Amino acid sequence: MKQSKYKGWLYLLPAILFLGIFMVYPLIDVVVYSFEEGYNFVSQTSNGTGLYNYRYVLRDPYFVQALKNTFVLVIITVPVSTGLALLISLALSSVKPLRNLFQTVYFLPYVTNTLAVGLVFMVLFKKTEYTDGMVNLLIRFFGGSSVDFIDGPHWAKMLVMCIYTVWIVLPFKILILTSALASVKEDYYRAARVDGTRPSRIFYRITLPMISPMIFYLIITGFIGAFKAYSDEVALFGTDLNSAGMNTMVGYIYDMLYGNSGGYPSFASAAALILFAVVFTITCINLMVSRNNVHY
Amino acid sequence: MADNEKELIPETVTAPEPAIASPIATQSEYDRIERAAKRRKIIRNALLYTFLTLCAIAVLFPFYWMLLTSFKTQSAYNNEVTPKFYVSEPTGANYKEAFTAVPLAGYFLNTLIYTVVTTALMMIVIVPAAFAFARMRFPGRNLVFSLFLSLMMIPSELVIITNYVTITSWNMRNTFAGLILPSVTSVFYIYLLKENFEQIPEELYKAAKVDGTSDFKYLLRVMVPIAKPTIVTITILKVIECWNAYVWPRLITDDRKRFLVSNGIQEIRQNGFGRDNIPAMMATVVVVSVPLIILFLVFRNKIMEGVSRGGTKG
Repeated sequence: MKQSKYKGWLYLLPAILFLGIFMVYPLIDVVVYSFEEGYNFVSQTSNGTGLYNYRYVLRDPYFVQALKNTFVLVIITVPVSTGLALLISLALSSVKPLRNLFQTVYFLPYVTNTLAVGLVFMVLFKKTEYTDGMVNLLIRFFGGSSVDFIDGPHWAKMLVMCIYTVWIVLPFKILILTSALASVKEDYYRAARVDGTRPSRIFYRITLPMISPMIFYLIITGFIGAFKAYSDEVALFGTDLNSAGMNTMVGYIYDMLYGNSGGYPSFASAAALILFAVVFTITCINLMVSRNNVHY
Repeated sequence: MADNEKELIPETVTAPEPAIASPIATQSEYDRIERAAKRRKIIRNALLYTFLTLCAIAVLFPFYWMLLTSFKTQSAYNNEVTPKFYVSEPTGANYKEAFTAVPLAGYFLNTLIYTVVTTALMMIVIVPAAFAFARMRFPGRNLVFSLFLSLMMIPSELVIITNYVTITSWNMRNTFAGLILPSVTSVFYIYLLKENFEQIPEELYKAAKVDGTSDFKYLLRVMVPIAKPTIVTITILKVIECWNAYVWPRLITDDRKRFLVSNGIQEIRQNGFGRDNIPAMMATVVVVSVPLIILFLVFRNKIMEGVSRGGTKG
């Protein structure tokens, strides 16, 4: 029995090894990097420690642009996608025939390659010398004038980015909300019906409070996900997001690390820690709000 | 059936008020109320289905468009000032082009190797770890488990910078090892599997101990088969994740020979067929999307259940 006391550690060894090298060590290292000034990637030396990296990043116009884009994306897509998902799930749970078919269809975007379908969105929205593209055709049909959504004005690009993000994140939210709605006990509805409660009152007094934990879960994960947006933007606007003016915070980190403007792990680390601080703060606020508002 | 009731009863409860006012509700009045309720239900259903169908079209339209475009010839596509919703002369040439003009088959093979090896290695790492946390008693277990849990909150963006430096300094850029190694552990999946292992009665473990079965044999012969549904779910989620991986492969590969499909698509977008050959591009997109869609249609319930238990996409 004695020699098997530490056998548990043997089973954990591979996991600890991998987590140690690729998670714990990097976590410490990223903090160290972010304070090392003038770190040289080749010679692996730096000339002192301090807050210079943070100052540089916060003053970098590209970072400010990325910060703005990310916040706009978060503020627009999280409420829109959660609201839309709630509407769709409510509609789904009040019909019987074809419900499975609709559910399958709505889930499809989840299993597609973001970059691949992003190309399709680009083709739909893009204006080329040959054609105005599908979406502009629709706009003109309703009497508007066509816009280049991919290389055109900033608001148009922002709009496509938001539409694509909502399209991508909806499946997960619909799935969670439909199963939350299905788990509300039928007894509550029966009791309300016996009392002659109006449908809108049933929704606000029974359905919404019962699924509120799930809604808040979706809002929190939605915020976190939207703050980390990156590949969707690459799919729509290409890898050079800075010149397209469409970079996001994560995009800024990767551009600092690698690519044409890359080779600055210190700046990337500082930016990553700023991102982490923002996400952490917002998640804490969300949790505090949800504690006061979730009824269960 | 229950759905019909839900809507009907509030109506009938509020509606009979005039009937109470004049105590003898005539048959015709009753019919009128019934008819009104029925009409309302039809309108309501029509609205619901219209809304659901419109949303379904919004979801499906990009898929339709990529399929459609992939069968158009390049010249036909470029001549359509107003895009057409049908193909007059469907062609398969774009698919041939997708495999010959760019090394798409190579990208596929890379992604396949990457997905299979990563998933298999991950299982080798996480199954024993979950077993150790669920069943074995050893000093420091609870402490290590809490440390593991706290790692779950760490976003990958924080650690990816150092991992990039590490892999580069190990000279593993453009190798499968460099692609795979950082993504073979997942604290979340260890946690999920541990919860599942714990539901298996401990008596089985004790009985096996009495019989002199070794821990490892017990894990392989009893635990793994019983927890198979969860293991399958984790495998599927990991496969989806690997197939769509973009950020890490982009950092670590710049040699086309090692590109995964996501990077391949991006490469094609930037300078693949020449920017104007949209139909060939769409054919590539179709080829890349189809495997996962088939996987989804086959394992539909498993995937949806697994994602609602442990998936996020963000």
